[in-house]
Amino acid sequence: MNPVETSALLYVDGVSVSFDGFRALNGLSLFIEPGEMRAIIGPNGAGKTTMMDVVTGKTKPDAGTVLFGGQHDLTRLDEAAIAELGIGRKFQRPTVFEMHTVWDNLVLAVKQRRGVFTTLMARMSGAERDRLDEILAVTRLTELRHLSAGALSHGQKQWLEIGMLLAQEPALLLVDEPVAGMTDAETEQTAELLRDINRTRSVVVVEHDMHFVRALGVRVTVLHEGSVLAEGSLDAVSANERVVEVYLGR
Amino acid sequence: MLPPRFFTARLIAGWPGLLFLLALAAAAILVPLSNLVLPPSSPWHVPTHLVVLIGKWLCYALLAIALDLVWGYCGILSLGHGAFFALGGYAMGMYLMRQIGTRGVYGHPVLPDFMVFLNWKELPWYWYGFDQFWFAAIMVVAVPGALAFVFGWFAFRSRVTGVYLSIITQALTFALMLAFFRNDMGFGGNNGLTDFREILGFGVREQGTRAALFAITCAALAAGFLIARWIVTSRFGLVLVAIRDAESRTRFLGYRVDRYKLFVFVVSAMMAGVAGALYVPQVGIINPGEYAPTNSIEAVIWVAVGGRGTLVGAALGAFVVNAFKTWMTGAMPEVWLFALGALFVLVTLFLPKGILGTIRARRRQPAAQPQAATSPAPAPATAEQGP
Repeated sequence: MNPVETSALLYVDGVSVSFDGFRALNGLSLFIEPGEMRAIIGPNGAGKTTMMDVVTGKTKPDAGTVLFGGQHDLTRLDEAAIAELGIGRKFQRPTVFEMHTVWDNLVLAVKQRRGVFTTLMARMSGAERDRLDEILAVTRLTELRHLSAGALSHGQKQWLEIGMLLAQEPALLLVDEPVAGMTDAETEQTAELLRDINRTRSVVVVEHDMHFVRALGVRVTVLHEGSVLAEGSLDAVSANERVVEVYLGR
Repeated sequence: MLPPRFFTARLIAGWPGLLFLLALAAAAILVPLSNLVLPPSSPWHVPTHLVVLIGKWLCYALLAIALDLVWGYCGILSLGHGAFFALGGYAMGMYLMRQIGTRGVYGHPVLPDFMVFLNWKELPWYWYGFDQFWFAAIMVVAVPGALAFVFGWFAFRSRVTGVYLSIITQALTFALMLAFFRNDMGFGGNNGLTDFREILGFGVREQGTRAALFAITCAALAAGFLIARWIVTSRFGLVLVAIRDAESRTRFLGYRVDRYKLFVFVVSAMMAGVAGALYVPQVGIINPGEYAPTNSIEAVIWVAVGGRGTLVGAALGAFVVNAFKTWMTGAMPEVWLFALGALFVLVTLFLPKGILGTIRARRRQPAAQPQAATSPAPAPATAEQGP
């Protein structure tokens, strides 16, 4: 791999992935600047989730460069190492630890050394406790902290997962369909929450919901068949004929 | 410094843990006392054969707790935990063999009888050191621990999980059984190790030694329980359950799942080794039959019956199933295996959480509903609560 000079926090260049002959990603290039929030849209099968899999180490690309902070080659690292570097991921289907309480879910996520002996001896510090209390308040889960996460509503699970992301204190958040199954009011609150998070961290949001993307008011990247079709403001890409053709399709 | 609540709420696990520890303490004192002091005519006298029988069950209970630690909390269904139990047993058996000295049938000062019988001229290197109790005691935990480490290192790093892992563990214990059956392995072949005389200078068949072994086994079981509780109530324990329920999610949070599994697997194997080591002097024999896959599967059934992920339940399950086994193999021995199979099916169908898990769910249910709807209840006894 040749060294690449880039200011981008996340640098994805010419990435291709195929599964059994199906090209999920096809020369995808994407650059996320520090402090940026980017929305990624695209029809089903456009490669949105595969892109996240590549960035978080779940899938190894066949070709291409993926750099974090201009120096860490993410294609050589495993999931745990990438998480440690500061990339947090929220999954499409909310995946919280259902048998654990809301509080314990956050404790698992909280930024700390992840070694076996560290966690065996870990005791909660006052600062950690305050931080988690704060996250509970932000995600409106304070009253539910002792409830097992499996008993939460769908929307609450989404929020808990965002809360877990916050507890990890990542530099970059990858958020996959955060408002799926949410009411309009919840969707608006989530947009607000993400904008709030974006003040201190970079965020990549994959979402189908156009109202939500509009509410975010950020730069949009449209994926199609594994590569970038268009990039720009939501209004600009909505006006793009190719985008209308493949995605909006009306 | 450890906080004062370290030994209280967190480790004892509410009323089942408290009852369990109290029962163990009572048994450790009262059973040997009644056996040694009361005359056999007294209705409160515990006969020696019963002391040995219950002592055996206590060893099984420790094995069950070890298995529950990996299966109930981390989702690693080991069908080969009997192997670690038997390895611990063999380590102790080797010490006991070397204590026989010249009192064996052939009267050889160094070689155990079976080696003389096989015309061996000198002691194999791996029998060195076993004349020392401290060395054997280290091997009791080191050998099962090392095997678990090597096995786990390969299995967990290559992300072998679920049924595949269970099958490999089963193959592991089966392979060990075949190996130990061979005379040239140097572990006594199919006769195993037996005819023990002394442990630390005390006759193993003496009533006082048996009573002492019983009390020590109670203490070991209590210690195993407390260690397991300490592990599962720590933040490490939260990670274990997270791995059990959503392994890849845990990985995305930055935890190295393979290392967590490896650690808990090794601890569990060591605990099983201690159980085996306490078992051998009490029953007076260890042979390759202890590696039989059915033994490991029986241990899984104990845990399932008692309740996975409860620790106390696992120990309880070991007691209940073995009491049932003792009665049944006496009353109608040919039916036992069918009864065991039926028990497993019935528990899976009607009592999926096991005895203790079901009791716990019953107790929790009426309280949980209003609690969720109104204000948050006082903190449950998890690791990270409280100042």
